[in-house]
Parts: sequence; structure tokens; C-alpha cells
Amino acid sequence: MRRTYRRASTASIAAAGFLVVIIAMAVAPDVFTRSDPNQMDPVAVLGAPSTAHPFGTDEFGRDILTRVVFGARTSLGYALLATAISVGLGTSAGVTAGFYGGRFDNALMRGVDILLAFPGILLALIVVTLLGPGLTNAMIAVRIGQAPAFSRVVRGATLGVKNSQYVEAARGVGASAARVIWRHILPNVRHVVFVLGSLGYGAAILIGASLSFLGLGAQPPAPEWGSMLETARGYLQSSWWIGVLPGAVLGATLLSINVVGDLLRDVLDPSLRLE
Amino acid sequence: MASFIVYRLGHSAGVILGVLVLVSLMIHLVPGDPAQLMVGDAPVSAAQLQAIRHSLGLDRPLPVQLGSDAVRFVRGNLGRSLRSGRPVIDYLRRALPSTISLALAAMLFGVLVGVPAGVIAAVYRGRWADALATAFAVVGISLPSFWTGILFIVLFAVELGWFPATGQGSGRALVLPALTLGWYPAGAIGRLLRSAMLEVLHKEYVGVARAKGLREGVVVMRHALRNALLPAVTLATVQFGALLSGAIITETVFAREGLGRLIVDGILQRDFPIVQGVVLVIAVIYTLVNLSTDLLCAWLDPRIHYG
Repeated sequence: MRRTYRRASTASIAAAGFLVVIIAMAVAPDVFTRSDPNQMDPVAVLGAPSTAHPFGTDEFGRDILTRVVFGARTSLGYALLATAISVGLGTSAGVTAGFYGGRFDNALMRGVDILLAFPGILLALIVVTLLGPGLTNAMIAVRIGQAPAFSRVVRGATLGVKNSQYVEAARGVGASAARVIWRHILPNVRHVVFVLGSLGYGAAILIGASLSFLGLGAQPPAPEWGSMLETARGYLQSSWWIGVLPGAVLGATLLSINVVGDLLRDVLDPSLRLE
Repeated sequence: MASFIVYRLGHSAGVILGVLVLVSLMIHLVPGDPAQLMVGDAPVSAAQLQAIRHSLGLDRPLPVQLGSDAVRFVRGNLGRSLRSGRPVIDYLRRALPSTISLALAAMLFGVLVGVPAGVIAAVYRGRWADALATAFAVVGISLPSFWTGILFIVLFAVELGWFPATGQGSGRALVLPALTLGWYPAGAIGRLLRSAMLEVLHKEYVGVARAKGLREGVVVMRHALRNALLPAVTLATVQFGALLSGAIITETVFAREGLGRLIVDGILQRDFPIVQGVVLVIAVIYTLVNLSTDLLCAWLDPRIHYG
């Protein structure tokens, strides 16, 4: 038992450490590299990894490590914004629907049913179809794609809390609905929101990178992990590093977020299971 | 049971109706004039724009459009491509078999690998086999398929030359895409089955089976696995719809023709009827698969009660 515990915490410490490095890259890319992510070098086109270019260079001779470092800000920043908004929307809709119930709840949940009929990346693709390709639109897509599932989970948690005695007591002493929601419901569904946020954050990075990979998100020459992999597809026969190394950073980031998110879930609420 | 079936059928019918309305509304949610957006920067007269609007039915009142669209969709008339003028249904007919076979192959891999992984992890809980299976599952769930796909191409196609990197038709060309798409369901099934098995292995009937002297293999396979399998079966079938949309990315990695290529090209060329067609097909298949999963589970497991 103790061995499993220790192994789990070693993995989470490694994951948390890696995330700290990635976040530092997003906050202060200049600390990690001196070069410009868009600086081309016609002499060093498609160069293999070396001491000067640890991740090699791409088809324009741009340093791939530098582009990975600058790509962190794009991926992490936009995903943070999208997750914050979808968590906010999902929480307010879910708490309101769960607390008041009735017609509003019914209408909202039937709407959520319809939106959930579009699996995976499909809802995001619909939004991009309407708004056109681009990173900002892709992030709106991520946000709209996540909010329905969030609101459903938060609604479920609210229903569980709504009939507890402390809510009844608060109402008994004459607290207004707004006060009950703010002081008694929200603090008790907070852990669900927190876990949803951490898992949703990884999903947001993945959807954003996927859209860019499909050519519908970040547009060249902006450094972005997903679009770097799209470019790499054309050079796999000769230059493996173009795709493999940036993808390794993206994969490790997603893996770390999932490991840390799992830990958060175990700590905050062992009974919560997310599909 | 009968009331559950009626409720579930009604619910799915409502969802599909909602999907039809939403897909038909798509064209109206576009900011600006859809007709102008479709022609892009090409110089067209006001009369030509009006003709485009008329051909799409955009000049009729909204409820009339939604109603006639729904009837049209149900009859299988999904309109014509704005670029080629050919019926959308023809494109779907050509793309669907390739995508379905990819999703089926990925699901096969997911079950064939995920089920043994979950059983082994639960039986050898806390040992290296458990750690290995769990790592396999977490990595499969986390990694982006467009990166694992690239990794497989570099490793198995470019370096080792075992499988072709792109193309389709032959069974060998299907192997790498199916591995790429199938790792996620394999991990998800393995993880779910592990926790279900752990729960079942503590049940009294497993203890009874051991006490009457059955071999451990029989206890695990006949008594534990059969009871733990149901949630994994549910997950596997529900995953199938998600695999169809996941195939969009895998197909792009391996340059396969299919729904994925169709929808991405449709989005880039602003060919709305094509996008509508692909979205509609995936959403309807997904809803029907979920419906049949629920009904199947209610039939398979008499312990399930629906209030």
C-alpha cells in the first residue's frame, strides 16, 4: 500500500515539475532562448538536432526549440482563457439549473442533450465552420464545446447539495436565494468545479492543438505546437525531428496535466468519476 | 422496462430532431451574408447573389426553411456541394466505408488489448504488470493521436518499413491508423475494467468460487470477468461514436480518404452542405449507438433499474 502511494507521488512530482518548466516557458520565453521564433536561416534548412539547435531546424531553417518555447504561450494561454470562460459559463448555468429546477432546468438540459450528440471535436469543427479558421475562433470553439458537459456535472453536484440540512437551515433563517447559492451551494460544489477545470484545461490544449493540426487554428508563421506537427507531416521521410520533438513536448504536457489532475481528483473528491 | 424503452426512444428522437434543426440552422448562424461568404472575393452581381440565396432556400421564412430542411434530411437529400454541384450523399457514400472500417479496426484493437490489460492489472494489483498496464492506459488516454500517428509513421514505416505510411485499400495500410486511433479506447477500457474487476474480486461469490476449489483462472474468467465486463462493454460501444470524430484527425495524419478529409476540405472551402452532411451523419450514428447501448444494457443486466 505504501509502495503504491510513493510511486504515485513520484510520478506526480515529476509531472508537476515538468508543468512548472512549461509554464515558465509560457510566461518568460526569453529566459529559455535568445533567438527569434521566426528568424529564418537559409544555410541551416532541415538541420538535424545538434548543440546549436538541440531540436534541429525546420524547413525554413528556424530553430525548433525556440518555436516550441514560444508555442507554449500560445497553447497554454489560449487554453487557460477558454477553460476559464467555459468553467464560468458551465458553473453558472449548472448551479442555476440545479438550484431552481423546473422549466429552466428542463430546457437547459434538453439543449445540453442535443449539444452532447456531437462527439469529440465535432462541436468545435461546427463553430470553426461558422466563424472561419483562426486561433481566436478555435478558442471560442473549445469554450462552446466544453460548457455543456461542465454545466451537466455542476448541475448534478448542485442537486446533491441542494437538499442538505445546512441549505434548509439557511433558508429557514430567511436567507435570500442569491445568498444561499453564493454562501452555501457554491463553496460545496467548488471541488467539482476545480477538478473539471483541471481536466478541461488539458482537453482545451488538445482541442486547440488538434484544430491547428487540421489547419483550422493557428495560422503560419505563428509558432504553435499543433501547426508545427502539421508542417512536419510533409517531411517525415527525411527529417523525423520536426514532428517527433515538438509533439513529445505537447504529449508530455498533456500527460502531466492528466497526472496532476488525477491527483487533484483523488485529493478533492474520491467519489467523482468523469468519463 | 417497457416505460424505459419508450422514454429512451422518445429522448433519442428528440435529440435527433434537435440535431436536424441545429445543422439546418448552421447556415444562419454564420456572421454576415452566407451567400456572399460562399463566393468569397469573386466579383458577383446582386442578381447572382440572389440566385445563390434562392438555390439554398435562404429567401424563405426561417420556420419554413427549418421544416423543409428536416424533411429533406430525413429523406437522405443532403443538398449539393457548392464547389462541384454533385450531391452530398454521393460524397458521404464514398467516404463512409473507409471511416467506418478504420473506427471498427480501432475498436477491435481497443477491446483486444484493453480487456486483457485491465484483467491483468487487476489480478496482479500493485505489481509491475499493473504498473505497466496502467502506464499504457494513461499514456494512451493523454497523448494526442496526431503525434502518436507521426511517431508510428517514423518508426514502423520510415525506419523499419513494415507498414505503408499512407494510402488505403489494403489491410496493411489500415494497421498504423488503427493502432493510432485504437490506443485511446484501449486505455480507457483497460482503466475502467481494472477498477470494475477490483471491485468484483472482493465479492462473496468470488470467494465462494475459490472455496469450492476452482482454479484461479476459472474464477477470474468465469466468475469475476463476466460480472465486471458490462461497464466496459458500455464504454466500448459509446466510444464508437467518438472514434468516428476521432477518425477526422487520424485520417489527416495518414492522408486517408474519409469523412475527416471531407469535412476539413469542406470547412476550408466554405462548402456548407458538405460540412452539414458529415456533421449530421456522425451525430446521428453517435445518438443511435448510444440508444442501442442503453437498450442492450437494460436487456443484458436485469439488475438495472430505471426510475
